Amino acid sequence: MSDHSTHGHDDHGHGHGHDGGAHGSLKDYTIGFILSVILTAIPFWLVMAKVLPSGTTGIVLLAFAGVQVIVHMIYFLHLNSKAEHGWSMLATIFTVIVLVIMLAGSIWVMYHMNANMMPGMDAGVDAVHGAHDMP
Amino acid sequence: MSEFTATNQAEAHNAIGDSSRFYVTEHHPENGTLLGFWMYLMSDCLIFACLFATYAVLGRNYAGGPSGAELFDLPLVAMNTAFLLLSSITYGFAMLAAHKNLKTKAIFWLGVTGLFGLCFLGVEIWEFVHLIHEGAGPQRSGFLTAFFALVGTHGLHVTFGAIWLVTLMFQVAKHGLTVENLRRLTCLSMFWHFLDVIWIGVFTFVYLMGTLP
Repeated sequence: MSDHSTHGHDDHGHGHGHDGGAHGSLKDYTIGFILSVILTAIPFWLVMAKVLPSGTTGIVLLAFAGVQVIVHMIYFLHLNSKAEHGWSMLATIFTVIVLVIMLAGSIWVMYHMNANMMPGMDAGVDAVHGAHDMP
Repeated sequence: MSEFTATNQAEAHNAIGDSSRFYVTEHHPENGTLLGFWMYLMSDCLIFACLFATYAVLGRNYAGGPSGAELFDLPLVAMNTAFLLLSSITYGFAMLAAHKNLKTKAIFWLGVTGLFGLCFLGVEIWEFVHLIHEGAGPQRSGFLTAFFALVGTHGLHVTFGAIWLVTLMFQVAKHGLTVENLRRLTCLSMFWHFLDVIWIGVFTFVYLMGTLP
């Protein structure tokens, strides 16, 4: 059993890449770069050439950004489920959850504030007015 | 079971006590820095999330001032995006060279990365000066306050990244590609690529979507 622990060490020595953080190959970087160029060029083209109606463009832009973030994470930051025994991935997932709650929550609350203030209009105009101009 | 006794025997001289064996079994002390740095990046991510949320809320409050559609120069932003993306891949080349123990090549690619970073900063500073000169400074409207806070914070990160990069070029030139320097290069690599990820959010959410009617 004691060779189990040496195996553990060996694992790290052999995983020089692991030791110095997972590092990609030239192929990884090239794929990542080409994908990024495509995923950047299309959004710019969509906006500058005014191809789609603006509502649709917004959604498409966000989708492209989301995909490109994932491409960067995989090909440039070499994030995978095994890096740092999965702790990197866990921290990332946690951050993404907090991020989504924070962004979606802020936007939802602030954009609905005007509407939510409406029933209070007759209660106290002054107080509501003050809050009304907040955003 | 025998593993525990083995580690206990090995750690007996430490005399820390029973609880220490739980840490002993975590046999990757040398990975602490990189995981810790990743944690820092995640917390930095939350700072940017706050600034993005602020921009999402204030981004259309022009206070009778200029809008994003009037101010933003998309070809310039596209150029800046290209600089940052190119700097990302050249940093990748530097890391590949460093892992092959090619010192001169690594320093060369770090230098190229630094130059692209400086080009990015130069264009961004020019843009800021231009905006302030036009009377569209951060005090003009809620939109511009949020814009300068978000893009400025990103620019500040790139500035510190560039300083760190120059420091590491000297470190590598003086001490070579030692284990310590490789670890530092890997941390900066994560930092630099992370800034590129943030920039994806900035050019999409601030510049491109800000230009839409």
